[in-house]
Amino acid sequence: MPRTVRDVVFVDGVRTPFGKAGPKGIYHETRADDLVVKAIRELLRRNPGLDPKKIDEVAIAATTQIGDQGLTLGRTAGILAGLPQSVPGYSIDRMCAGGLTSVTSVAGSIAFGAYDAVIAGGVEHMGRHPMGEAVDPNPRFVSEKLVDESALFMGMTAENLHDRYPSLTKLRADQYAVLSQEKAAKAYADGKIQQDLVPISVRRTTPVGGETGWGLVTADEPMRPGTTLEGLANLKTSFRVHGRVTAGNSAGLNDGATASIVAGEDFARENGLPVKMRLVSYAFAGVEPEVMGYGPIPATEKALAKAGLSISDIGLFEINEAFAVQVLAFLEHYGIADDDARVNQYGGAIAFGHPLASSGIRLMTQLARQFEEQPHVRYGLTTMCVGFGMGATVIWENPHFEGDK
Amino acid sequence: MSTTELLEQASGLFPDEVVTTAHVRHFDLPLGAGRFALITLDNGLDHTKPTTFGPASLANLNAAIDQVEQEAADGAIAGIGITGKPFIFAVGADLKGVELLKEHEHALAIGKGGHEVFKRLAGLAVPTFAYYNGAAMGGGVEVGLHCTYRTVSQAIPAFSLPEVFLGLVPGWGGCTLLPNLIGADKAVSVIIENSLNQNKQLKGKQVFELGIADAIFEGADFLEQSLLWTAGVLKGDVTVERPEIDRGEAWDQAVAKGRFVADSKVHGAAPAAYRALDIIEAARNGDLQQGYDAEDQALADLIMGGELRAGIYSFNLVQKRGKRPVGAPDKSLARPVTKVGVVGAGLMASQLALLFLRRLEVPVVLTDIDQERVDKGVGYVHAEIDKLLGKGRIHQDKANRLKALVTGVLDKAEGFADADFIIEAVFEEMSVKQKVFAEVEAVAPAHAVLATNTSSLSVSEMASKLQHPERVVGFHFFNPVAILPLLEIVRGERTDDASLATAFAVAKKLKKTAVLVKDAPAFVVNRILTRFMGEIQNVIDEGTPVETAEKAVEPLGLPMSPLVLLELVGPAIGLHVSETLNRAFPDRFTVSPNLKAVVEAGKRGFYVYDSGKPELDPEVAALLKQGDVVLTEEQVRDRVLDAVAQEIGLMLDEGVVAEAQDIDLCLITGAGWPFHLGGITPYLDREGVSERVNGKPFLAPGVASVPA
Repeated sequence: MPRTVRDVVFVDGVRTPFGKAGPKGIYHETRADDLVVKAIRELLRRNPGLDPKKIDEVAIAATTQIGDQGLTLGRTAGILAGLPQSVPGYSIDRMCAGGLTSVTSVAGSIAFGAYDAVIAGGVEHMGRHPMGEAVDPNPRFVSEKLVDESALFMGMTAENLHDRYPSLTKLRADQYAVLSQEKAAKAYADGKIQQDLVPISVRRTTPVGGETGWGLVTADEPMRPGTTLEGLANLKTSFRVHGRVTAGNSAGLNDGATASIVAGEDFARENGLPVKMRLVSYAFAGVEPEVMGYGPIPATEKALAKAGLSISDIGLFEINEAFAVQVLAFLEHYGIADDDARVNQYGGAIAFGHPLASSGIRLMTQLARQFEEQPHVRYGLTTMCVGFGMGATVIWENPHFEGDK
Repeated sequence: MSTTELLEQASGLFPDEVVTTAHVRHFDLPLGAGRFALITLDNGLDHTKPTTFGPASLANLNAAIDQVEQEAADGAIAGIGITGKPFIFAVGADLKGVELLKEHEHALAIGKGGHEVFKRLAGLAVPTFAYYNGAAMGGGVEVGLHCTYRTVSQAIPAFSLPEVFLGLVPGWGGCTLLPNLIGADKAVSVIIENSLNQNKQLKGKQVFELGIADAIFEGADFLEQSLLWTAGVLKGDVTVERPEIDRGEAWDQAVAKGRFVADSKVHGAAPAAYRALDIIEAARNGDLQQGYDAEDQALADLIMGGELRAGIYSFNLVQKRGKRPVGAPDKSLARPVTKVGVVGAGLMASQLALLFLRRLEVPVVLTDIDQERVDKGVGYVHAEIDKLLGKGRIHQDKANRLKALVTGVLDKAEGFADADFIIEAVFEEMSVKQKVFAEVEAVAPAHAVLATNTSSLSVSEMASKLQHPERVVGFHFFNPVAILPLLEIVRGERTDDASLATAFAVAKKLKKTAVLVKDAPAFVVNRILTRFMGEIQNVIDEGTPVETAEKAVEPLGLPMSPLVLLELVGPAIGLHVSETLNRAFPDRFTVSPNLKAVVEAGKRGFYVYDSGKPELDPEVAALLKQGDVVLTEEQVRDRVLDAVAQEIGLMLDEGVVAEAQDIDLCLITGAGWPFHLGGITPYLDREGVSERVNGKPFLAPGVASVPA
C-alpha cells in the first residue's frame, strides 16, 4: 500500500507547577497520577477542537513505574481524565527523557500513519518515588566493570564531567545557575510561564510544610529568585569533598507532570488545532554512563545530520539543566557563550525543577512560546541528558517563521 | 451568653465528640483575582468516618471565621471558601451529642450555636463560597446555604437534608434558607418528600438542577475548577443568575403538598415534618432571623420529644445492630457457599432463587416434582432477569451470567450433590417438610446447610428425624422478599454454630438484616402482628364497628391499617397463622369466626375500592356476626396495645430474642413499622403501656427516650 510520511506537529503543551519533593513540598500528599490527569484535562479544555474520541493514544512517561506511577499509567490516566474508553494508552520510560521520548515515539507513529492525534506526557513524583526506589542493578555491571559505580549516581557523573573538561569550573557553573534563576524570575514577571501552568489543588494534613487544609498551587515551588554567586559559593558539594556540584548549580528533587498534544499536521489543520511547532528530526545517543551529561552532544550531532542542518541554523535552544556543567559542556562543544541569548531564554530546570520524566515536554512548551514571540527564528532544539549515559535531542521548526524579511 | 461560651458549655455535655477541625489556608486565586482563604472541614479520619458538627467542632469553625472575618475586614483577602476532606463535605450534626441532651435549654443552645456560627458566613466583608466536594447532609448542606455562592461536584453520591427522616427539622438554617433560595416547592421536595421517601439522596447533578448550587464541575478537578470559577465571580467575569422565586400562591401549594405527603406517610403521628412545614410556610416573608428563631424552638422541642429519640434509636438499630447481629456465632466458623439448592419451584421458591442468584452469584438449582413446575420456576427467574436488563439495572453480560447460573432438575441427587446451602420452600406442612429434608439429606454433601423458609412450623421438629439435625436452620424471609430487609434466622434445638454462622454469612451477602430468633411459634414478626390483628379482630367480633377498630390505631402512623395489611398478607394465610398460634397459646390467640367465614367465602379482603378509597365490602359486611359490645377508639387502642405489650413481655421472658431491641429491629425491617415508634417498644414505654401491663418499661431511660 502506498504510504506518505506526514508532518508531525506539537499542538499544545501544559504542565503542573513543579514542587519540591519531600514532606514540606506542595505535592507531598498529592498522587502522581492525579497530577498528570489534571494536566491532560486542562489540555483538552484548552483545545475544544480536539474531539476526545479522535485521540488515538495516551503515552505517559514515568521513571519509577510503581504505585501511583504504575499500572500502565497511560491507560489509567486516560480513564481517570474522563477520556472515552475507546482511547488506549501505555507507559514509557527513558528516565529523564521519558516525556521527550513519549513525544518522539508517538510522532514516529503519526508520521507512519498509525495515529492522527495523541496525548504525550510525563510525570515524576520524586517525593513519593525517590530516585533509585526498588532498583536492582545487575551485579555484573560492577563485577565485569561494565560501568563505574559512579554511573548510578547522577551527581557523581556531573563531577566526572567537570574532571573531563577542566575548563568547566565551579565558578562558571555557579554563574550559569545565577543566570538561570534570573531569567526564570524575569519570565515569571513577564507572564511567560503561568499561561501554560495547570492550577492544582493540594491538601496538607500536617503543619510541617505550612498552613493545613486544601490549597491551590499556581506557581513553581523550587524557584529561588535573588540567588547570588556568593550564596552559591558556600553550598556543600554533596557528591564529592571539594567537588563542584551543589544543590545550587543543579536541578533539585521535584514533583510534577506535563502533557502535550502531538498530531499529524493535516489532522491539526483540518480540526482547527493550533500548530505551535513542526517536528524536524530527533535522535538519541549513548555515551559512557560515567559522563552521562555529555549525552546531548552526540544526540544533537545525529539529529542535525538527519535534518541536514548545522548548529548555526538553530535559533533557540531549550536545554534541560540537570546540572549546569552538562549545559556548559554542550555550549563549549559548539562554541556558544555561557550567556548566549538563544539558550534557555526563560531559565531552566535549575530554577523550575526537574521532575525527571516530565521535563522534556516542559522544554517543548517553552520553546513553542518562544517560537510564537520570535518569528524570525526558523529552527530550535530541545535536548537533555539521560541516566546511564544517554542524550536526547529533538529539532523543531517554527511554523510562525516569516522568512528572511 | 456569647457564642463561644454557649459552645463551650455544650461541649462539656459531650466529652466524646469526634471533633472537626476547620483548617484555614491562604493562596492566590488564578486570573489575578486576589488572595483567598479556604476553610477545610476535616475530622482527621478517613472517608469512612464522615465529618460531623458537635459543639467543639462548631467552636473550631467559629474560630476560623473569627480569623477570616478580620482578614476580610482588613482587605487582606478577596473571598472565603469552605470545603471538606476528600469524598466528604460534612454530614451534619453529630447525633451522639443530641442523644445525650436532657434539658430543653441545652437543646435550644444546640440550635442557636449552629445558627450563630453559620450565619456569620453571610455577613462578612467579602463573598463566601461553599464547595460541596463530597457527601453533604443536614448541617453540612446548611453551612453551605449560608454562603454567598455554592458549587457542587458531579461526583457527589449523597446530598440531603435527612432531618425529618430522623425526627428533626433542618434547623441550622435549612428550613428558612432553602425555600428562599430555590422556592418552596423544590424545598418541600428536598426537606419533606425525600426524607419521608426512605431518606432519598440527591446526586450532584440534581443539586445543581434544583438551583442549590450555582455551578457544577466534574469530580476529577472539582476544586481547581471551583476556584477558577470563584476567580471569575470575584473579577466580575462570571455573573450568577438565580431564577425569581414565586412567593405567591405557589408557596401555599407547596406547603399543602408537603402536608399531604406527610399525612400519607406518618398520618400525623410524628411531628417533625409538620414543624418543618410550619417554618417553610413562614419563611415566605424572607425574614431570616425569624426563621432561625423558629428553627431553634422546633429543634429544642423535637430533641426533647420521644419521636426523635425513637427515630435515632431506630436509625442506630438499622445501621448498627442490623449489621452486627446479636448472638450470631463467630463468622470465622462460616463455611463457604459456592452452590445453592432450592427445593420447590413455586413462586416463593423462584423468588428466593432469584435473590440468591443476584446476591451470591453462584449456581442456583431448583427442583420440584415435575418438569413443568421446574421449567416454570426457571422461566420466572429468567423473566425477572430480563426485566432488570430492560430497566437498565444490569448489563447484558451480567444477565447472561445470571441466566447461565440458574438451572432446574427433577433429580435432587443430580442437583444437590455439590450444593453447600439448600433451602426449602415447599408446602407449609410438617410431614411434607420432614420428607423433603430426608430426601435432601440422602443426596447432599455432609457439610451442606439445610434451611427452611417456614413461617410458623418448628425448626427443631423439622430436623428431628434427620441423621444430622445440627445443620438445619430457619431462614424466614418476609414478603416481598426482594424488598423487605428482615431475615429471621432460627436456631433449632440442635443447630450447631458452624451451620448458624454460615446462615448469617449468607444473610449478609443477601444484604438482609438478620436477627437471631429462638425456635418459638411464629418467631417474632408474625407472632406480634397476629396478636395485634387478633385483638382488632376480637373487638370487631365483640361488636365494635370495623371503622372504629381501624381508626383506633391510626395515631401510631403504621404504614397501613390492620385490615389492609390482612388483605396484603391474604386472609387465608392470616387465618392459618392464627390457628397455629392458637394451638400454641390458646389463652391469648383466638381464631376469629368472622375471619374464618370471610376466608371460607373466598374473599381476598374486607374492602372494595370502587370509589377509589377502601370501603367495607357489603358481601363481607353481610358475613360478619358481631356481638353488642361497642368500644370507643381509645378503648380499642388500649386493648390492642396492652395485648402487644403483654406478648412482647412474654417473648422476652421466653428468650425468643436477646433483647427488646431485636423485637423493634424486626418490626421496622420486617413489617415496616415506623422509625418514630422506634419499632414499638419505645412507644409502648412512652405511652405508659409497658408500665401498665408489665409493671416496667422495656428499655432503660435514655435508650430510646430523653435520658433521666
